Amino acid sequence: MAVSTDTRRVAFRTNPWGRAGWLLLAAYVVYAAGRLDFTWDRFVLGLDSGAKFIGRMFPPEILQPESLAKGLMESLEIAILASFIGIVISLPIGLLAARNLMPAWATWPARAIIAAARSFHPVIVAIIFVKAVGFGAMAGIGALTVASVGFIGKLFAEAIEEISLKQVEAVRATGASFMNVILFGVMPQVFGRFIGFATYQLDSNLRNSTMVGIVGAGGIGGTLFSAFQRFDYEFVAAILLCIIAMIMVGEVLATWVRGVFVEKGRVEDE
Amino acid sequence: MSASLEVRGLVKEYVRGKRVLDGISLAFAATGLTAIIGASGTGKSTLLRCVNRLVEPTSGEIHFGGRDIAHLKGRDLREARREIGMVFQEYNLVERLTVMENLLSGRLGYVHALKAWLRKFPQADIDRAFDLLDEVGLAGYATQRADALSGGQRQRVGIARAVMQRPKLLLADEPTSSLDPKTSVEIMSLMRDMGREHGIPVIVNMHDVELAKRFADRIVGMAGGTVVYDGGAEGLTDNVLKSIYGGESWLT
Repeated sequence: MAVSTDTRRVAFRTNPWGRAGWLLLAAYVVYAAGRLDFTWDRFVLGLDSGAKFIGRMFPPEILQPESLAKGLMESLEIAILASFIGIVISLPIGLLAARNLMPAWATWPARAIIAAARSFHPVIVAIIFVKAVGFGAMAGIGALTVASVGFIGKLFAEAIEEISLKQVEAVRATGASFMNVILFGVMPQVFGRFIGFATYQLDSNLRNSTMVGIVGAGGIGGTLFSAFQRFDYEFVAAILLCIIAMIMVGEVLATWVRGVFVEKGRVEDE
Repeated sequence: MSASLEVRGLVKEYVRGKRVLDGISLAFAATGLTAIIGASGTGKSTLLRCVNRLVEPTSGEIHFGGRDIAHLKGRDLREARREIGMVFQEYNLVERLTVMENLLSGRLGYVHALKAWLRKFPQADIDRAFDLLDEVGLAGYATQRADALSGGQRQRVGIARAVMQRPKLLLADEPTSSLDPKTSVEIMSLMRDMGREHGIPVIVNMHDVELAKRFADRIVGMAGGTVVYDGGAEGLTDNVLKSIYGGESWLT
């Protein structure tokens, strides 16, 4: 290629469409803020009531210890049950959805299930379950199971699609049955990552299990919501602190699980 | 001399009309090491992979153990595969499993999935795996993870895994192409010794003509999807090598 002798050689190409896009975005931000009365004055007004609210939260006080304990226990149970059931269901579905191992007639339905499970926020699914099976923990477990299947199923399928097929080929060449190819050729390659997904989902389910109660699907969320409605803000503060403590314990637990199942050095690809 | 493997009129087209294998017919004796040499892309690898059906042949017959492998399906195919061990260029060990687990995966054609999952392999298989580890010079490596080994060590595991199957035929697809010259010689002599020791005929694809001459009882030269030479090392004259690889500037 000939070197240009032009003294004004272009080192960086201008991108007019890109610039127009940024300008358009800036204009829309200003427009939307104006429409929604998102102004400094409104913010200052909000600060005032915020200060009052926070003032009433202190000192935190546990007004209904039984209700708090029961709610927390229920949330924990919902999270663990939903994670367990979700993992058990998402294993085969994720496997069926992996396009490098399965024919199209298997991947399409599996992918459809995963997509459906992922399309709604857990709150919406929880409302549907409350309407379907009635108030209580059952609805929460159902909602979070759906969320878990969507999340783990999708990531598991993607992990399988990235494996080395050479290792699979070698196991196939020994005359291994399909299940044995999965067990010895596929699972060892994805197991570490799968544990990572599962513990992350357990973490996420713990968080979400404190929230599904707001729509009546069991757990601490219900207690929290009624405390809000009774303006028992000191109790609200106590519940929030308890939730923080529970999430932290959950995080420690998840780290421990990862440590047990995944030896040191096996998580290098996460 | 009875043939243990007989390929008749084998054709493979990955793309319709483009023959990678153009009617290969070869018979292999029940003992000895056969080297298949040829330039890259002449279908050596495809030929080997057709034999254990990792690649589907387009047409032709593959007679082995009284069956036509080319037309087997499902369980019958898996049972035929159990009797054919394969060694790969890049070892293809399951990297996150231990050496012992990799060896035992050679028995997966015989072990039920539940037992395999629980690692409940027959004690005889485990004992044999330890013996084979001794044989390939990796005693004491059983619990190491496969990805902790060097290339030469991995290929030794690869060979041991194939022999674990108690195969009636051992295929090797360029087993030394990823290895240095010294290790290549060690691996080739191991392949030959294993074949003799366990009475298994060995078919090896390779690039290295000198290595083939040194270790093979019989050399098959392929070019353009057909067999252009079939005979002993002594018959590999410059003219024959030209017909296999083309050109001559590389012959010094």
